[in-house]
Amino acid sequence: MTRGITRRTALTAGAGLLAAPPIVREANAQSRFDWKRFAGERIEVSLTANPRSQILIQNQREFEELTGIRVGSEQIPEQQHRQKFVIEFASGRPSFDVISISLHVNKRQVGRARWTTDIRALMADASITDPEFDFADFGAGAVAYSTQADGRMDTLPEFTDYFILYYNKELLEAKNIRPPQTFDEMYDSAMRLNDPSRQIFGNVGRGLRNANVVLWSSFLLGTQQRDCLDDQRRLITDTPDAIWAGEFYKKLLRDCSPPGVSGFNWNESQTTFMQGRAAFWLDGVGFATPLEDRARSRVAGKVGYAVVPRGPAHHHCAMFGTALGISEASRKKGAAWLYTQWAVNKTNQLRFLTSGAGAPARTSPYRNEEAIRNSRFSREYFATLIESARISRPGLPEIVPVTEFRDTIGAALTSTIGGADVATELKRATEAFRPVLEASERAA
Amino acid sequence: MDSAASLAGTAAAGAIPRRRRNYARQYWWFVVPCGAVVIATIIFPWVFTLYMSVHEWKLGGGRSWVGFANYAKLVEDERFLLSILRTLYFTALSVLIPMVLGLLAALAFHRKFPLRGLARTVFILPMMATPVAVALVWTMMFHPQLGVLNWLLQQVGIPPSMWVYAADTVIPTLVMVEVWHWTPLVMLILLGGLASLPIDPYEAAKIDGATPLQAFWHITLPLLAPFLVVALIIRTIDALKAFDTIYVITQGGPGTASETINIFLYLQAFAYYNLGYASAVVVVFFAIIIALAMVLLWTRARVKDA
Repeated sequence: MTRGITRRTALTAGAGLLAAPPIVREANAQSRFDWKRFAGERIEVSLTANPRSQILIQNQREFEELTGIRVGSEQIPEQQHRQKFVIEFASGRPSFDVISISLHVNKRQVGRARWTTDIRALMADASITDPEFDFADFGAGAVAYSTQADGRMDTLPEFTDYFILYYNKELLEAKNIRPPQTFDEMYDSAMRLNDPSRQIFGNVGRGLRNANVVLWSSFLLGTQQRDCLDDQRRLITDTPDAIWAGEFYKKLLRDCSPPGVSGFNWNESQTTFMQGRAAFWLDGVGFATPLEDRARSRVAGKVGYAVVPRGPAHHHCAMFGTALGISEASRKKGAAWLYTQWAVNKTNQLRFLTSGAGAPARTSPYRNEEAIRNSRFSREYFATLIESARISRPGLPEIVPVTEFRDTIGAALTSTIGGADVATELKRATEAFRPVLEASERAA
Repeated sequence: MDSAASLAGTAAAGAIPRRRRNYARQYWWFVVPCGAVVIATIIFPWVFTLYMSVHEWKLGGGRSWVGFANYAKLVEDERFLLSILRTLYFTALSVLIPMVLGLLAALAFHRKFPLRGLARTVFILPMMATPVAVALVWTMMFHPQLGVLNWLLQQVGIPPSMWVYAADTVIPTLVMVEVWHWTPLVMLILLGGLASLPIDPYEAAKIDGATPLQAFWHITLPLLAPFLVVALIIRTIDALKAFDTIYVITQGGPGTASETINIFLYLQAFAYYNLGYASAVVVVFFAIIIALAMVLLWTRARVKDA
């Protein structure tokens, strides 16, 4: 009854032996990596309050059990968080080891002051870098965004925020209108959908000073000029292209947006869209979750997602990014580096994507068909994210006084909603901000 | 002999220093803790603010001596000058309206009527609310399309307002929040004053045939004047330093339409990190407050003398 060794068994065994060395090597690498080497330490993590940080904090125990490192996390609203970490860094003794940084606001400031450590050296150290970390998995755009002009990589990309076009499917279908492909089409459709007598508006968007600049820059990205600075890093916000973007901004917010939109930030815009009062809303991808919340939103299940329409010369969407940095002053860089690796590992990045918390910096979540299939978001949402990643471009100039830039240009844009001349306003704002930028660049 | 002389000498020597002893010098030690706190929390910050104001000082960057350049820049800074005007406009409305309404409320609550205690409690409730929470609730109510205020206006046939979402209505609307929030404080101060007024002058006036309006004008108001001045000083200081509600509701917008000195100062210091320039704003703002306070104190002294 006993059967001898068959040819099939022999081949299987042979293949197994041939495959054994890589498997063993991998297994050894896994077993060699010591997650517990900093067990007993405690690190402080300072995060901006948002759904991504919420996910990290909710799953923090996972990291603590894996490493034996205790983590003290704080979440602070965006604007206050920026002020807090700048003041703490400037004091020389920040209270945190790991910090989340808005690259579109603080990248250059943090880079110039060298407040966070260059993580390339940490990544090169195999004794403290997980073999499964897979740096190549991060999107090239996100990595470039985290890299300073001098080549230092002083943050690790966590999240990329793309501007996308939200539209109310019900309103568009009622008038047999398809999602716009160009800005002109967007304006025409918004005008057709605009019906103030029913309190329905073709569009809603940011009109409030500072917040509104990213909407205007989304239009500017579609022009030949695209950016706010030229190759010599000079301000070019009063050029014909900049004025065209301003004119488009003005007519969209003045002709077919709700009255009072000049005081709207993203939250007022979101409320208006959630109540089914606006057909189009151009804003960050991170706002999708509340729109699909049936308890809070009247448009849940009726939201359409599309990439930002094409401009007269180019097709881009504005990109903003958040990254994690390790304080240069930290005495627990090893433990902080382990936390950073965990925070942006594939599992957490997939959690970001499938929960609608935003677009992860890694590319692997977008390839996870099963997770996408089981997500509560439509395929259109994921397709929009993938396409947006392809056409994205920074939505704000990489300068230190970026808040002052947003305030100055933003005030001019708000005035245009009230009827002021775009060219005059942009010229005045550009003249006001140019010396500030020049002084800042000289200091660099 | 020697010892007696020495004793006498010792006694004399002891007597003279005791007479001349400066006890104040010993008591100075008791002042040291308090003095240290005053130096650390008031004098040093002030001196340091003055020091920063004569420097180009960027948080996270370097600093360099610029003399009075920051002050010279302020004089030419249209945004700063407009913020002063807005502050004065906001302060004037935020002081006068609560003073008038607070006085009327105090007169009403001074009279006896059923459920007066309950009505007083309800009236002072806004004062107890946290300013930031109050501001967030008002923000929702101001929404031009979805806010309850415009819905209420429409119910009574009044066209909707843009509230804080239009440049021409933003400051009056913010004043409305301030009035709602702080009129109860004025009422409480004046109600205390009314309770302390003597009855005799009113009885004499009644015998002489004075009307209630005459009694109010010739007796109540003059006697209440010290309390009115106290309320005026407190309200003025509060209105001048108003920041939280304005920042939460408008952040100085739309555009810069509600950017008061405090908002301007905050942005310079903590959004643009121009610590030197912001310090110069602080010094100028302090000078304005001192000038206003002196006017108010002078008024108070005159009221007392009268």
